[in-house]
Amino acid sequence: MIGILKKNVYERSPLLNALLYLLLLIGAFISLFPFYWMFISMTKTTAEIFTFPPNLLPGERMMINIANIIDRVQYLRVFANSLLISSIYAVCTILLCSLAGYSFAKFDFKGKKIIFSIILMTLMVPYQATLIPLFRLMYFFGWGNTYQAVILPTAANVFGIFLMRQNMLSVPDSLIEAARIDGCGETRIFAAIVMPAVKPALSALTIYMFMFQWNNFMWPLIILRTNEMKTIPVALSGLIADGQVIDYGMVMAGTSLATIPIIMLFLMMQRQFISGILSGAEKG
Amino acid sequence: MKNKFVLTKHTAPYVFLLPVFVLFIVFMLYPIVQSLIYSFQRFERGQFTFVFFDNYRRMIQDPLFRKTLGNTFTILLVQVPIQLIMALFFAVLMNTRGLRLKGLFRVSFFLPALTALVAYSIVFQILLNEHYGVVNYLLTILGLERVPWLSHPVWAKASLMMAITWRWMGYNMVIMLAGLQSIPETLYDAASIDGAGKMTRFRIITVPMLKPIILFCAILSTIGTLQLFDEPYILTRGGPNNATRTVAHYLYQQGFQYARFGYASAIAYVLVLLIGVLSYIQFKLIGDSE
Repeated sequence: MIGILKKNVYERSPLLNALLYLLLLIGAFISLFPFYWMFISMTKTTAEIFTFPPNLLPGERMMINIANIIDRVQYLRVFANSLLISSIYAVCTILLCSLAGYSFAKFDFKGKKIIFSIILMTLMVPYQATLIPLFRLMYFFGWGNTYQAVILPTAANVFGIFLMRQNMLSVPDSLIEAARIDGCGETRIFAAIVMPAVKPALSALTIYMFMFQWNNFMWPLIILRTNEMKTIPVALSGLIADGQVIDYGMVMAGTSLATIPIIMLFLMMQRQFISGILSGAEKG
Repeated sequence: MKNKFVLTKHTAPYVFLLPVFVLFIVFMLYPIVQSLIYSFQRFERGQFTFVFFDNYRRMIQDPLFRKTLGNTFTILLVQVPIQLIMALFFAVLMNTRGLRLKGLFRVSFFLPALTALVAYSIVFQILLNEHYGVVNYLLTILGLERVPWLSHPVWAKASLMMAITWRWMGYNMVIMLAGLQSIPETLYDAASIDGAGKMTRFRIITVPMLKPIILFCAILSTIGTLQLFDEPYILTRGGPNNATRTVAHYLYQQGFQYARFGYASAIAYVLVLLIGVLSYIQFKLIGDSE
């Protein structure tokens, strides 16, 4: 640490410099500590987690806790549900948003302005305002407690449409025109020319949508009834409901196993992901 | 070839938009409109009957609704400014010239935004435990009293705000940092030559240049706070004594635990109205130049 501070070539006083790093380190520590706590808690019993003073070392119960969570909420099934719902959701949303974004970015058609502004306006409507009709609608379709009930309501994602439109605006018109003159069909232009041109935005949005659905809680909680259909957050929240003895080690095993894939995904695709959020901010 | 349907420049956008359009109408526009209609109705024995403004009248007199509205606004007025100021503060620190380990810091600050709300709410439940929690342990080391984080109405609100700040501060910071990095260095250099000190440069360059981004973060945080559900549902279960019950949590209870669809829809429309009004005010306050 000292070496890092000394090498700084800019004109700050050493004291100020130390303060800067101290503040950042404290911030980073506070951000990361709950993760550390979660991961070590999955290796302990509830009694070992709640000790005073707290014990920061890992215990030996990891495999038992994992076995317990698998047993208790059919964790493998629940994990597969989350994976399936989030993946299908991400792929569908990307495809739908790209198609819509492309239409808004590169075509002129009647009603374009009105449709686009109505879609954008719904960004301001809270999710909760749609829940009750949505709930009744799903049961009307006979889709209570199904995957499609979780996937479909937000598949036409407004943020996604907006983001894809912004990115597709920068695809050169001449490229599309040239393909048309060469006799390329409209679907092929979309699939073979426009989509590859916005690849970075596509991967950013894919991760974003995957994570959104992976962590989604309120709607799945409402629409998913049986244990076999639940997603990870819904299943875990059932374990800490009032009036039961909570096995925190087991619950932490569940949360850790749900968090690790997301962190890995993020670390692998960090750059695209952050730029994805930003392209929403810059044009928001 | 005549009978085969071929997409042209003129038909393609309609065909491409069709799936989104259908989904949008069925799962977005219809529920939004239907919800408004429900808010003027009462649901009893499987039937909706029109009661006009009864739900709204009842809401005004409902002490629990007023309490949840008060809680939500307390969080909005206290937590959102703190979070935005902290995010700006850390973004400015991160934007220091020649800062080392920047990537590492950025990832650390951003990671909380990736965790499921359910996961981190449970972790915070343990960390804030009155008798065995790490936070209280630190307080006792410093010679302070233990704080009843989750069982005292005021402290429970504070806990909720701490948890939300932990999760969202870094997300806002990353956005603001990108905004800061897009401000040209030459502006600062020019101001320095004119004799502007650090604070002056921050006030006359950074803040105005960053206005649109701050506005974006403020609106997102406001919308998020007004819809706050996951954290109070898991971390504090709305308690103690409803001190942390939010409007969205109350809506969930009324709608999905007591099947009061009409009343819950009216609550939802109060949220719609609040978000509209607050976003408009923020636009006027911060974004007057735009």
